Amino acid sequence: MTDSVDVLNMLKLVYTLYTLAVISLIGWFSLGVVNPEGKPNIVKSSIFYGYVGALITVGVAIHILTFNKIPWVEIDFKRSSITPAQVVNVTIEDHKFILPSPKIDIKCNEFVLFNVVSNDLTYGFGIFRQNSSMVTQMQVVPGSKNDLMWKFGKNGVYDLRSTEYSGPKGAHMFVKDVFEVSGCSEDDKHSQKGEVK
Amino acid sequence: MSFLKTLIHGHEGGLKTDGLTPTQKVTLRAVIIGVLYYGLSALEGMMMRAHAISPLPMLDDAHYFSVLTVHPIVGIFGSTYLIVFGAFTFLVPYLMKKPLYSIKLANATWILIAVGTLSSWLGGFLFHYAPLYTLYWPLPVDFKQFDAVGGLVFISGIALIMLGTLGFIYNIFATVFYTEDGHEKRAIKPLLISALGIDGMLNILYKLTGREPYAKEPAVALPVVAIFRGTIDTFLDALVILTCGILILVYIVGDLSGVSMSYSAVNALLYKNFFWWGLDLIADGLVLIYIAGSWYLLAMLITGKKLFMQNIARAALLLELIVSWAVWSHHLLADQGQYNMMKLVSGEMVTAFELVTQGIAIFITLVTLWSARPLKMTNELKFLLAGILGFMLAVPAGIIQADMGLNRILHNTQWVAGPHFHVAILVGLTMTLYSAIYILWPTLTNEVKLYSQKLANYHFWAHLIGGIGMGAFMGMAAMDGALRRTLYMNGEFQTYMILAGICGLLLLSAWVVFLVNVLMSIGLQGLLGIFSKSKLQTKDLIPEA
Repeated sequence: MTDSVDVLNMLKLVYTLYTLAVISLIGWFSLGVVNPEGKPNIVKSSIFYGYVGALITVGVAIHILTFNKIPWVEIDFKRSSITPAQVVNVTIEDHKFILPSPKIDIKCNEFVLFNVVSNDLTYGFGIFRQNSSMVTQMQVVPGSKNDLMWKFGKNGVYDLRSTEYSGPKGAHMFVKDVFEVSGCSEDDKHSQKGEVK
Repeated sequence: MSFLKTLIHGHEGGLKTDGLTPTQKVTLRAVIIGVLYYGLSALEGMMMRAHAISPLPMLDDAHYFSVLTVHPIVGIFGSTYLIVFGAFTFLVPYLMKKPLYSIKLANATWILIAVGTLSSWLGGFLFHYAPLYTLYWPLPVDFKQFDAVGGLVFISGIALIMLGTLGFIYNIFATVFYTEDGHEKRAIKPLLISALGIDGMLNILYKLTGREPYAKEPAVALPVVAIFRGTIDTFLDALVILTCGILILVYIVGDLSGVSMSYSAVNALLYKNFFWWGLDLIADGLVLIYIAGSWYLLAMLITGKKLFMQNIARAALLLELIVSWAVWSHHLLADQGQYNMMKLVSGEMVTAFELVTQGIAIFITLVTLWSARPLKMTNELKFLLAGILGFMLAVPAGIIQADMGLNRILHNTQWVAGPHFHVAILVGLTMTLYSAIYILWPTLTNEVKLYSQKLANYHFWAHLIGGIGMGAFMGMAAMDGALRRTLYMNGEFQTYMILAGICGLLLLSAWVVFLVNVLMSIGLQGLLGIFSKSKLQTKDLIPEA
């Protein structure tokens, strides 16, 4: 199952290639525009309209692609109609996570709903691997429903961290080894307990 | 001439401030204060970069986050607003071929923004008031963490900045529409139609239906159209920020007078929507529109030619304005209380149109330049190309994070701060502004010669490499999970942070070199003379030849 590491690795590759291409294009343009041999060129309007069409296609295609390739998008859209196998209720108050138990066991490939309530400020609810990379997150807004439906596909032990600034007192809202996922055929190699960061 | 003499008197005689008109002076004042505030913001940025590499003992959490709070206030309002407003205060009358509506108001504008920025900065520096620029409710009124007096100083500063902004807006609109003394009465309707870019759309429509163009010679020059439209967003943004500021002030005054109010009276999600709608008009509204207008102007001035596909450019600016009103939800893609349909339509689809509108501006500018080749690689041209490069990198980075799938793992990471808005602001926006400064330099200083081209070259390369490099390394850290408002105390992401810190140093050194070059060109005497009263009693923009 695709997870955030796969998605971010792909993004890293694609955006790096794009960056290099764009820098090369501007470099080439800079050399060409001052080339004493260069002649003024008039660009046809058809090229312009083709370019605009390409921009629209790319802008829309990104979202269609991610909708189809990133599993959590559809889950998020349909979460109100999915019955979770497990509900984890979390409260946040005075910059502290109040958890149902110090360690929460989660079964592999089952829907788990994180239902988080803030009693004072806006916080974040982020699940992180042992190597500090992010699995998922949501904002936790007081007075609002903050529900995140998720399915874990790899065994591992995960940390909890606030992903939103809530004042200096919230600078270190971090709880180690809160969630333990088991029962999968594959281990999350970045989130095995005892892994050196 | 010795170094000291040049420093005092300037290069080849430096700036003769007695010959500057009031309009030249007010423009230079705003730009100089803006450049100085940029330096303060860069210093703050470097403090935070150093802290990310190895926690500095002098920066405790409260101090660190107060620096993080004032850093964008100083950078955006104190620096960018002042430089942009200063430049447009000169350019709008220059392009409209008539005097500025009010020089007094222009002076009040830069003073209000400069003082307001200082007040907000003091709120952070003296009182460690640190709700960040996002001001998420109810954090700004959390008096268990923050001193209400600090809040009063900070929010009053923001209010002053917004009042100064309203002064600028009034002056720009009035300059477009007023009829100068001794001139035949200007009709408002054609000016308004042109300033909104409707004539461009009508021209396209008339062409498609085989009719003569609606307006062969538009009443308002294209860059003024961009400034006019961007200023509409500036106005709306100022209203929203002022409203939030007043709300926060009510709570602050309540706390100070012993009448505490329940902050649950304000719905945090609704407030967040309202605030982001307004704040986003800066990032996705006026900046992109002002930038497009600046590129068009720079391309026309550099080439001496008309812009490629003028009508499309005018129409695209109108589209950008409307798009900018409907994109705020991309800031709330991680908010589960936000309706999915709003996330999909406003957060993803309409936001994706920024790729189109900005892409059109890039294409038109580059084609206009290409159509005039061979050109000379002047400072203004190279900074313009770098500015375009900055937005070519930063806008797609923003579109990527404005995706419901990717936002789940990018929201509030250093991706947002690095590849997106620091590259947009430092490389895209700031390098465009430097291009404008270089092209306006002879007009505003009455032909003062630049002290050193070598220093200008260093400024260019250090700023470009530093800006892109810092964004890239922050982005790479984000891929590994680095959040943007979190303190990591155990050496996480340190390699990336060291590399980003080196790039930050390059940026800071670029600013120092630029400042030295400007100072050596105009001289200390010239610098101080800019702030004295003009000896020329004229409304003309530049002195008579």
